[in-house]
Formats: sequence, C-alpha cells, structure tokens
Amino acid sequence: MDITFDQVSYVYQPGSPFEHRALQDISFSIQSGSFVAIIGHTGSGKSTLLQHLNGLVQPTEGRVNIGPYALVSGEKNKHLRELREKVGVVFQYPEHQLFEETVAKDIAFGPENFGVEQKEIEDRIQQAAKATKLSEDLLERSPFDLSGGQMRRVAISGVLAMNPEVLVLDEPTAGLDPSGQREIMDMFHELHKSKELTTILVTHSMEDALKYADHIVILNHGEVYREGTPLEIFKQREALENVQLDVPEVIDFLAKVEEKMNIRLPYEGQSIAELAKELARMVRGGRDHE
Amino acid sequence: MSSSMIIGQYVPGDSVVHRLDPRSKIAIIFFFVLIVFFANSVMSYGLLALFGIGAAASSKVPLRYIMKGLTPVWFLILFTFILHLFVTKEGDLLFNLWGFKVYEEGVVQGAAISLRFFLLILVTSLLTLTTTPIEITDAIEELLGPLKKVRFPVHELALMMSISLRFIPTLMQETEKISKAQASRGVDFRTGSFKDRIKAVVPLLVPLFVSAFKRAEELAMAMEARGYRGGEGRTKLRELKIGKLDYVMYGLFVVVVIGLFLTRN
Repeated sequence: MDITFDQVSYVYQPGSPFEHRALQDISFSIQSGSFVAIIGHTGSGKSTLLQHLNGLVQPTEGRVNIGPYALVSGEKNKHLRELREKVGVVFQYPEHQLFEETVAKDIAFGPENFGVEQKEIEDRIQQAAKATKLSEDLLERSPFDLSGGQMRRVAISGVLAMNPEVLVLDEPTAGLDPSGQREIMDMFHELHKSKELTTILVTHSMEDALKYADHIVILNHGEVYREGTPLEIFKQREALENVQLDVPEVIDFLAKVEEKMNIRLPYEGQSIAELAKELARMVRGGRDHE
Repeated sequence: MSSSMIIGQYVPGDSVVHRLDPRSKIAIIFFFVLIVFFANSVMSYGLLALFGIGAAASSKVPLRYIMKGLTPVWFLILFTFILHLFVTKEGDLLFNLWGFKVYEEGVVQGAAISLRFFLLILVTSLLTLTTTPIEITDAIEELLGPLKKVRFPVHELALMMSISLRFIPTLMQETEKISKAQASRGVDFRTGSFKDRIKAVVPLLVPLFVSAFKRAEELAMAMEARGYRGGEGRTKLRELKIGKLDYVMYGLFVVVVIGLFLTRN
C-alpha cells in the first residue's frame, strides 16, 4: 500500500499548559513494497508519526493516506478496524502486551479480533511461530514463563499472525543481545521480500538503516530533516552530525580509505571484514603489477 | 488521553501560591475547609469567595485550566442546587412549576451550599495544582511528626504516599501504551456491548498488573541495594522553611477569619 503524509501536524494536549507540538508540517511518501527507515533523536516525533499509520492518533492538521484509507484532521474514520488489520505494528518492547494463558492463545488474539476463522487461525499460529523461530513445544506454555528474547518473538508472532500488508516496527530489537538483534532483523527483511510487505522501521541503529532500508527519512524536532536513499543520506556527514546522528561504520571506513589511500570502493552491502579483504586484494594486486 | 483530569497534576510556576511553604498551604486549606461551614450571611460568603478566588487568581494557573478540571464537579454542584430547590419548604413561595413548589429559602440555601462546594473544591485543587507531590508528602510527614511519639509509622506512610504518587504518571503512560498496542491488535475499547467492553479490559489489566509488580520488585531491590532502612536518622535534600511570605499569609488568613465572624448573622 502506498502511504503519503500531506502537511501533517500533531499537537499533544492542545489548549493546556502542557501543550506540545510533536509533528510540524510533515510531508513525504512511501511507495508500496519499499523498506523505509525513520531515524531521529529521542523526542524527534518518530513514535507519534508511527501511531498515525495505524489510526491510533488523528492528525491535528493535514492528512495521511494509507492505501485506500485516509486520516484527515477533524474527520472521523469509519474503517479503522480494516486499517488496523492491514497495518501491523510491533511496538517498542512488545512483550509488555502479552496477557494470555498460553503462547498460542496470545498469538491468536489479533486474528480472533479481526474475525479470522478458527481453522485459518491454527495455520497462522504455526506459520508465525515458524517465521520467528519459536519452537512448537513452547506454544502451550505460559508466555510469562519464557525468557525475554522468547517473549519478544511471541509478541512479534502475534502481529505477524494478522497477515498485515504493512509492517510498522518501532525499534523491534531494543534490549536484545547482538545475535538476537541480527536474527530478528534478518527475519523481518526476509518477510519483507517474500510477502512483498511495505515495511517501516523506526530505529536508532544507523547500521540497520543502511543494511535493510531502501529509503531513509530523518526527523528532527518534529520536522522532516533529510530524506533519500541510504547512500545519499550517509554521504552528508555534517548534516547528520548537526542532529547528533552518526555515519555507519562501513561508510565511515570507506570515506577514510578514499581520503587516505585515494582508493574509491563502491558500497554494495559489504561488511567491514569483506571490505578489508577486497582492499587487501587491491593493494596486493597493485604491487604485483609493479 | 486524560487531558481533562487535573487532580494531582502540578502546573509549574513561580507565583506567590507556588512559593508558600507546603505546610502553610495545607494548614490554611485545612482551616479554610472548616470555616467555610461557619459562613451564613451574604457578606461572609462574599469574603470567603474573595479569598478563594483571589488565591486562585494569584496562583497564575490559567483560569480555563482550573475550570476544565472542575468539569466533573459542576454536575454535582448543579445537582445539589436543584435538590435544595425542590426539597426545602421554608420561606415565601416563589413560583409553582407544574406542582413543584419553589420556596425562597430553597433558592438561598441551594446557592449557599453550591458556593460552599465550589469553594472547597477550588481551594483543594489549588493545593495540588501549585504544589509538587513530593512537597505535599514532605509536608504531611512533618505535620504528622508528633504522632511518631505514639509509634505511628509516619515516615513509612509518607514514603508509601510519595511512591504511589510518583508512579501515577508512569502507570498512566503504561496504560496508554498497552491500550494502543492492543487497539492495533483489534481490541475496541470504545464500542460494543457492556460485556464486550469488560472483556476488552482484560488484555489491558493483565499486562498492567504484571509490569506494576515487576516495577515494585525492582524498586524494592534498588532501595535495598542503596542501603535504605527507614526514616531513622535520615536527612532531607530539601528542607522545608517557613519564610516571611508564610507569615504574611497567616496574617491575611487571620484577618479573613476575624472578618468572617464579624459578618456572620
């Protein structure tokens, strides 16, 4: 589903001494099937922006289009339920939302609410558990007996079981160990490709944004600060530093290689180790010719 | 969410009312609540209203904001007024509304009781609007200090109060977060039959209780790790001090009390 933000502003508690403008005149669009990373500092409005995608908040000004659904300031949307079925949101620390007696029941909760048939639900539980690598013997256990990492997988399965077309991820790997982080992100990336999802990832990790996204939006104080492909964005070191964001290690490495050795290597998703090998090969090759 | 609920919500500021010692504020409000019941003439009510509204005005909390906080109470005030209109059967008959006889005394009493009500709530909500929860509990601990002599656990009580006050906003945030997460999984908290709505609360309450217990456990552990062992010999970071401003307020309040007893019938 194509998603567009058209001059969206959002104000918390308008008219009180606690009034706070979280979003200011936001306009950008997301193409169906793309993987978009939204980055920005704490308090830059990322979470507020993301809640618009699910109709959890209504724009104070402007309009949001999500496929055939529209959220317009001051108008009531009567199709919120359908919208929420199509757009699955994995919130920060999603394991805090678990409540059922068994893992299987918790995964089934979303689909049940949207009126999916019982037989279909059984299938979806299996599929979702498989996607998140939850072993089957956990399905009948209480979610509160599991480890933190397993609880996270249960909560993510619960969202995947809704079979959403748009997947919204709010720092889905926060608080996990490095290998767990990689596994979960790789899983999302795989699902994104195999199910042709539109994925929106809110993250603090520049590395993830570079590795997975094909479009990046940087928010700063509730406004769109920069927008573009990862390579375009990460070329602008100074602009990033102005909003306290770092350049990913790999890009930083490439820039330094170019500066010090006058060698220009194209970035094609390599890791630092792979780049080092490539570089070594080039240097050695150069010597052979002498 | 809950933007209309202001009980316990502090509005930062630097007004005269904000700067008063919280003990003075609690004491003055306590006595004000008592003397409101002594007023019985137009003049005496006027005097108290002047004091209450004057205090609210000098607190510099936006009027609109105070009024919004009183919304749930307006109904109660109105209800009391109407009840008095129809129940009191003294004084001259004013008019007859389809069999309901409204007497002069009913109007007078209704107005008086409503005004009393309004003043009580105005002044007490002013306390929480201009005093941080921590100040309030500190003040209560000090004011209840003498009870320590009879082995009343004053410090523990104050600690419990400040911890629960501290966690109200946290729990509210948590509630909002979880209800949003469940809403995006298709829970509808707003529509449906009564039974459906009760059922919709379960996915909200269970995670909320789980996290509240977890938080309590963590807090207890953190306190123990830092060597907390009760109030004995503990000093305070912020000492409460009665200053010039407080004495001025006491004086003003005494004048109001004397004025009240002079204008009573």
